[in-house]
Amino acid sequence: MGPVLADVLLVTALIGALALVHRPLGDYMAAVYSSKKHLRVEKWIYRAVGANPDAEMRWPAYLRGVLVFSAVGVLFLYLLQRVQDKLPLSLGFKPITPDQAFNTAVSFVSNTNWQSYSGEAAMSHVTQTAGLAVQNFVSAAVGIAVAVALVRGFARSRTGDLGNFWADLVRGIVRILLPISVVAAVLLIAAGAIQNFGDIHTITTLTGDKQAISPGAVASQEAIKDLGTNGGGFFNANSSHPFENPGGFTNLLEIFLLLVIPFALPRTFGKMVGNVRQGYAILAAMGVIWFLGVVTVTWIEYAHPGTASQLAGGAMEGKEQRFGEGPSSLFAVSTTMTSTGSVNSFHDSFSGLSGGVLLLGMMLGEIAPGGTGSGLYGMLIMAIIAVFIAGLMVGRTPEYLGKKIGTREIKLAACYILITPALVLIGTALAMALGKGESSMTNVGAHGFSEVLYAYTSASNNNGSAFAGFAANTEYHNTMLGLCMALGRFLPMVFVLALAGSLAEQKPIPETAGTLRTEKPLFTGLLVGAILIITGLTFFPALALGPLAEGLAA
Amino acid sequence: MNTSVVNNARMLWAALRMLLVLTVVTGVVYPLVVTGIGQLAFNDKANGSMVKVDGKEVGSSLIGQSWNIEGTDKPDPKWFQGRPSNSGYDPLTTGSSQLGADDPTLVKNIEAAKKQVAEFNGVPESEVPKDAVTGSASAIDPDISPEYADIQVKRVAEANGLTAAQVEKLVKDNTQGRTLGFLDQPRVNVLELNIALKELAKS
Repeated sequence: MGPVLADVLLVTALIGALALVHRPLGDYMAAVYSSKKHLRVEKWIYRAVGANPDAEMRWPAYLRGVLVFSAVGVLFLYLLQRVQDKLPLSLGFKPITPDQAFNTAVSFVSNTNWQSYSGEAAMSHVTQTAGLAVQNFVSAAVGIAVAVALVRGFARSRTGDLGNFWADLVRGIVRILLPISVVAAVLLIAAGAIQNFGDIHTITTLTGDKQAISPGAVASQEAIKDLGTNGGGFFNANSSHPFENPGGFTNLLEIFLLLVIPFALPRTFGKMVGNVRQGYAILAAMGVIWFLGVVTVTWIEYAHPGTASQLAGGAMEGKEQRFGEGPSSLFAVSTTMTSTGSVNSFHDSFSGLSGGVLLLGMMLGEIAPGGTGSGLYGMLIMAIIAVFIAGLMVGRTPEYLGKKIGTREIKLAACYILITPALVLIGTALAMALGKGESSMTNVGAHGFSEVLYAYTSASNNNGSAFAGFAANTEYHNTMLGLCMALGRFLPMVFVLALAGSLAEQKPIPETAGTLRTEKPLFTGLLVGAILIITGLTFFPALALGPLAEGLAA
Repeated sequence: MNTSVVNNARMLWAALRMLLVLTVVTGVVYPLVVTGIGQLAFNDKANGSMVKVDGKEVGSSLIGQSWNIEGTDKPDPKWFQGRPSNSGYDPLTTGSSQLGADDPTLVKNIEAAKKQVAEFNGVPESEVPKDAVTGSASAIDPDISPEYADIQVKRVAEANGLTAAQVEKLVKDNTQGRTLGFLDQPRVNVLELNIALKELAKS
């Protein structure tokens, strides 16, 4: 069988698996967040914490929960890295420097998982499992909680209540993320991923050389890293490391994990607002963009433009033999469009135009299908914008799901979509103007600029993948990228929750003959169009300086 | 004012306790349970799929190695060689070159690698496959393409006093196809191939 046919089968198997699972999982998640009952273990947790899971919160209280919990998370993770040498199982690693510890703490709490460190040479067992992996769980659960709060804003009326943040957080972990992670982690071990708390283990090879074999609780972290769309690799090589991703089966499993919750959440949304077809219109928009990205990048990588790739006879620089061009491209598109950022091949060495598509995937705002939770709320904001544009065309007050999109709502949505582009473009421009961009480049020319643009795009959109030639571990970039990650995660949440509150207070308006049918393919088309036009207008100049210049020069 | 300070302090305290409880659940219980299952059910894999020769561990079948003449960085003709590595196959510094597809340094590296591989194996440059001249992502890629193994057969056979047919068969036996027909790429695990080679050369 040829490689292309194998890739077609791979994508078909992946889509088949997602199609099979999205419905039961989406319905299950809707039930989880609608249920009035608490599991016994959840009751223990609430008692230990002293939180009342049945107290309804209005949006400011919900937001305060999100922000305070995340701030505590940053502080805890920062301190853990600073004292890791004093704790057991340190593997002899030194404490992380203050700027890097700040960057890493914000990175994991904001679900970005940008890494300016190299895991196998910096982080102790305790930091990895009790620090980084914990944030993999909780940051994903926070994302879903905020999305669910927005969905409740649409589903409820004449109330300001959005649910209880603590209950949503705990349920997301206990009932969704943990069970799937345990199953996935065991499957990963069965296929060769390691899972131990041993020491670095030195062996003598047949040639008489010494080689150090890394230990680690890798499979358990790998599972939630992908499922929670986190992306922070246990090792520097991330999912290209054979201990994280030993072969074709684990590769498919990992891609499935990073797509499964984002692609199931539209079903949850449809279920909770009482019309699953509304969810499918959103799902279709996500799926179309993702699929176009996969086809484009795979095609370009097989064509391997670029002087070096042409000379080598294929685009295999930075790719593993067991994966090859197709599965590497599939992983790359899925990871950049889900805000995951784990990689099984290095994006820096992809051809110029492929790199441009990966960048664009993030610039869309991580909505196709986006991160756990953040993908859904990002897409719903875009849906509001699309409804607004349609309203302007026909001169009607726009409405969505029976809620009026008035001045306040559209202002909040507009603020939301302005934040990350502002962070990306100002961050990149500042780095370039201050000469901090150039000094961190590995590559020369337009590709060097792409490295800087990629770094700030990845951080601001909470993706975490990199053109890893970019030397990110400097005081300047650790600090600035840390700020981009924090603002890019939490400012949008402020607007989402404010919007949720204002929608929940409205009374529903009855559907009339003039209402835009947002569950129809026409709306999906309008939505995809609005997303592409807004992103294109915002980022075209920056893309022209980097990947487009690079791709067209070759 | 006072009540909001109290409220915020209460929230902070609750958040801290929540984080600690969740740290125990997801950061201690979860990895330990998974480790327990892994160590019991898949002990060999959970500990790195180590490979033994004569009772001694000589590497992990998942981690590539360098096959140089002892004490040098020159490739040893008697072993099958792996892909170029950004770190000399050191598992403590994984990651690739990060050079772009048009990068002049990468062009130079590939030119040099092509020339070296062709001369080393006594084949024309046109026969050198792509994986032989490009660095892997992890820098510890355990595999090479069957094509790269094929062009090494003649050189390896001569260096070990074996016939080309014998070594060719060895490569064939150690070539893995796609799992289920569509997962993985066809590949040869270099460590396993070299262990088999050593056995053959001994007998």
